[in-house]
Amino acid sequence: MRIAGYRIPLFASLIVWAIIWEVTGRLGATLVMPPLSAVVARMIEIVPTPTFLAALWITGRTFLTGVLIAVVIGVPMGVIMARSVIMDRLLLPWVNLFLSAPLTALVPVIMVLFGFGETTIILTVVLFAIWIIVLNARAGVHAISPSLVDMAASFGATHWQAFRHIYVWAALPEILSGVRLGVIRAVKGVVIGQLLVSVVGFGRLFELYSSRFLMEHFWALLFVLFAFAFAINEGLAWLERKVEYYAASRS
Amino acid sequence: MSTVSNLKPTAEPAPAPMVSVRGISKIYPGGVEALSNIDLDFPEGELTSLLGPSGCGKTTLLKIIAGLLPATSGTVEVDGRPVTKPGPERAFVFQDFALMPWATVLRNVAFGLELRGMPKAEREAIAQTYIEVVGLQGFEHTYPHALSGGMRQRVGLARALAVDAKVLLMDEPFSAVDEQTRRKFQEDLLELVAKERKTFLFVTHSIEEAVYVSDRIVLLAPRPGRVTAIVEPDIPREAGLDRIRRDPVYLDTVEEIWHGLKRYLE
Repeated sequence: MRIAGYRIPLFASLIVWAIIWEVTGRLGATLVMPPLSAVVARMIEIVPTPTFLAALWITGRTFLTGVLIAVVIGVPMGVIMARSVIMDRLLLPWVNLFLSAPLTALVPVIMVLFGFGETTIILTVVLFAIWIIVLNARAGVHAISPSLVDMAASFGATHWQAFRHIYVWAALPEILSGVRLGVIRAVKGVVIGQLLVSVVGFGRLFELYSSRFLMEHFWALLFVLFAFAFAINEGLAWLERKVEYYAASRS
Repeated sequence: MSTVSNLKPTAEPAPAPMVSVRGISKIYPGGVEALSNIDLDFPEGELTSLLGPSGCGKTTLLKIIAGLLPATSGTVEVDGRPVTKPGPERAFVFQDFALMPWATVLRNVAFGLELRGMPKAEREAIAQTYIEVVGLQGFEHTYPHALSGGMRQRVGLARALAVDAKVLLMDEPFSAVDEQTRRKFQEDLLELVAKERKTFLFVTHSIEEAVYVSDRIVLLAPRPGRVTAIVEPDIPREAGLDRIRRDPVYLDTVEEIWHGLKRYLE
């Protein structure tokens, strides 16, 4: 975009919004909106505190564990569904149901079964992330050229060998975009899980800040979470572009 | 079977069949009869072509022999043993090469051996040998997308040779490469058949290709797929591969097969 002959960089709109935020905050128009500068200052202040780092550590740990479980179960499940009509018929309705269901409503059920701890949060992450990973792995295996499958069979590959050497690699572009979408959902899962459990990690901090009306703290925490989700998404998108080169040469 | 014409009198004893097909029928779900009661013997050490128009079930028959496709009825014996699944005595060369795009030429060629659990150094040494046999030395660490179609099929061929199978099943292996490369391939194949003493089953829809490379040609007709004739072109190859295409026997055989197949085309 150009204004009066000057090239305006893409992130210029962010500066405009930042200024609007800052002005609104300084005018004191609303209590939930402290000035942006105060939020940033607060963020720099609270991020290194032990409470915050502990919350960050527990969030990262539950998030990564949940994503790992979702990938380790989801990818083989998608491959099996793509290769077996019976399994596909059995599982596909459930996968589609859970993909579109309001999963937040299920978190209290998990809480009743597994208590107010990390297990509940990890399971919430898995519940949010796994379905899209399953569906993408399934679509990826459907897209594998049949002759590659025949090739593995003709050289005597076992099911496990075919999975490890052919399916995972040939379906890798779809699997990776499934993982990226799953991870985005997992961020929702880890936040919602913590908010509902509300005695551990960021959930406890959110509860603390909002109940005491510490809006600067509250926004600082949100910034950190948004940056976390954005960085993960960008990192995975970069990885996806790296493997794209052979996706075109598959068929 | 309508006609069986042999150019060569069947006086000399035929070699023992390496592959024999008895009463093979294939009916696809939906009722399409791809193959109807096929009986065939494939002699050891020879190259036999399956030739016919599209829809005659030649690829289906090859895949049944490979164990990649179940037959509706009938049996396949390879080296005296009935088979229903792929086995180490057979190797397949695919029309679209079926290479792993994420693996180098070396790993692609060694893949059959890798699946058998052979140690890396050993299998790569064998793969190296066959990469040289097919003339791809220097490309060991290249990825398939950087190779031409002809070179990719050389990788597919080297992979099939590396597992040292007795039977090589080739499904229209040269149909996806350009004409010049195809001719070179056909010459190389004749040398390979003479040198390797393996049994080759070769599917093609090109009459010229079949007559050029084959010891025996099985002619198939469509709807339902069945054997109509077996031709044994007795073309002298000693005079040099360049002369085959000008040999009167070659030209006559091409003509004869064309007249035999013409009636099955709409």
